[in-house]
Amino acid sequence: MQDDARRKMWTTALAWFIALVVFFPIFWMAVTAFKTEVDAIATPPSLFFTPTVENFQEVFARSNYGRYVWNSIAVSFGSTILALAFAIPAAYAMAFFPTKRTPGTLLWMLSTKMMPPVGVLIPMYLLFRDMGLLDTVTGLMMIYTLINMPIVIWMLYTYFKDVPNEIMEAGRVDGATPIQELFLLLIPLAVPGIASTGLLSIILSWNEAFWSLNLTSSNGAPLTAFIASYSSPQGLFWAKLSAASLMAIAPILVVGWMSQKQLVSGLTFGAVK
Amino acid sequence: MTTLANQQMTAKPAKNTREIDTRPLLWPSVIVLFLWMIVPLAMTLYFSVIRYNLLNPMLTGFAGLENYTFLFEDPALWTSLWNTLVLVGSVLIITVVFGTLFAVLYNAEFHGRGVARLLVIAPFFVMPTVSALVWKNMLMHPVNGLFAWLQSLVGMEPTDWFTNYPMLSVIVIVSWQWVPFAFLILLTAIQSLDQEQKEAARIDGAGPVDMFFHIVLPHLNRAISVVIMIETIFLLTIFAEIYVTTSGGPGTATTNLAWLIYSVGLLQFDVGYASAGGVIAVVLANIVAIFLVRTVSRNLQQG
Repeated sequence: MQDDARRKMWTTALAWFIALVVFFPIFWMAVTAFKTEVDAIATPPSLFFTPTVENFQEVFARSNYGRYVWNSIAVSFGSTILALAFAIPAAYAMAFFPTKRTPGTLLWMLSTKMMPPVGVLIPMYLLFRDMGLLDTVTGLMMIYTLINMPIVIWMLYTYFKDVPNEIMEAGRVDGATPIQELFLLLIPLAVPGIASTGLLSIILSWNEAFWSLNLTSSNGAPLTAFIASYSSPQGLFWAKLSAASLMAIAPILVVGWMSQKQLVSGLTFGAVK
Repeated sequence: MTTLANQQMTAKPAKNTREIDTRPLLWPSVIVLFLWMIVPLAMTLYFSVIRYNLLNPMLTGFAGLENYTFLFEDPALWTSLWNTLVLVGSVLIITVVFGTLFAVLYNAEFHGRGVARLLVIAPFFVMPTVSALVWKNMLMHPVNGLFAWLQSLVGMEPTDWFTNYPMLSVIVIVSWQWVPFAFLILLTAIQSLDQEQKEAARIDGAGPVDMFFHIVLPHLNRAISVVIMIETIFLLTIFAEIYVTTSGGPGTATTNLAWLIYSVGLLQFDVGYASAGGVIAVVLANIVAIFLVRTVSRNLQQG
């Protein structure tokens, strides 16, 4: 018994030590966000300082921060809604009216996700340039819809398959058309599944940083691209960088923590549950 | 939506669920995904066999395999392939080893387990540009960074990470982001391990090490291979972390395939040449993808 207690104590100590080390960079960034610029670069690092919210005010005042926040929200929510609009009917069709080709279709959809973005960067850049989509929220939203759609379809398919067929059959006996069946029976039943699929899609779009860096610069730039502008070597604005970063990651961190279970099955295409 | 509904109305009433015409439901997704898959790829292939430089409109015409010949003769390609291999390989090893160890550790009972787990997975939700800049500035900066201060405490010279160990620095940052991913997947997998099986092994006198190698690791086998494949697909085109830290340098020390294509295509505007590189990236990713699709499809058949 005593052995067990001792082991638990050691496990607690080790696990918490590792957790704090792993989390430290985020903690340190959060602390720095409340320092003055002088305190932020001080050596030895200042641990006891008078916290200030000046950085947050300055980030908003100086850099049009609100627009980048809005772009991030528009792009991630917009692309998620679009992806769901395409994916819900498709997943419904494959989950409830499977044909011989359904497994093949699902795998093919998954395989479109394997395309390395850099393999099609050049043509996408030129297409966007010619269509006037460079540096626009619309353009980025289209790309995110496409890159997230396979995952969204897969997750919804998995959820829809768990809805008991009897309920759908009952509706059919009552004379519901497939469309009524989808909107009146399935969607209300599958709200939790649709919601967690949507959350995963929002997280992925919010943090996407290949297309946003390459296809946007200012007007259509989301937070990922805006934060990258702090990488210029002129001057060290660590406190402002931290304040801008903290606001950019805090909401999505909370969402991520809440939906970690769904994330696993979504990111592994159901291979790990 | 109305046309969709109309088509459904005109479809003959279904006695059997299998007889419903699902094309209007399924095809919108299939068509857009098909276009997304085929159009840019076809353009990449086409650009890779023509002479096309945005800065030199006089340069036109069919190039045959010229771009590929140039590419294969360019030492930058081989450096970038090697760098890609080093980056992907190191991060894979680090994330799988630590992910597995963490999964075992955080699966054990201890005080505050729920909160500790949340702290460990947190880095995965941080956008890449933020994590790279926090590491580059606040931790690894040779003058004002925390590591420099820690080194000075023990009487060492501060290390200029991005000048002297650029690839290592990038590997550290990327690993910090992806260990949580491996951990999250493997923790989920380890939780499905049969308690009775573990109990039986313990009664048979298996120590923790035996247990790990003979019961836990075989159980995690498939989850680990899934982690490796998914990470490979993302890691092959690591871009944002390099963009905000080293810009592929110093020299070409951290130029991976993604950065090479970006710099040739969008900084030097040689579309043909960059597209040939793009084709190489697609081929490499597809080799990995074949394995992933196979694993997932096996799973799909099981249920």
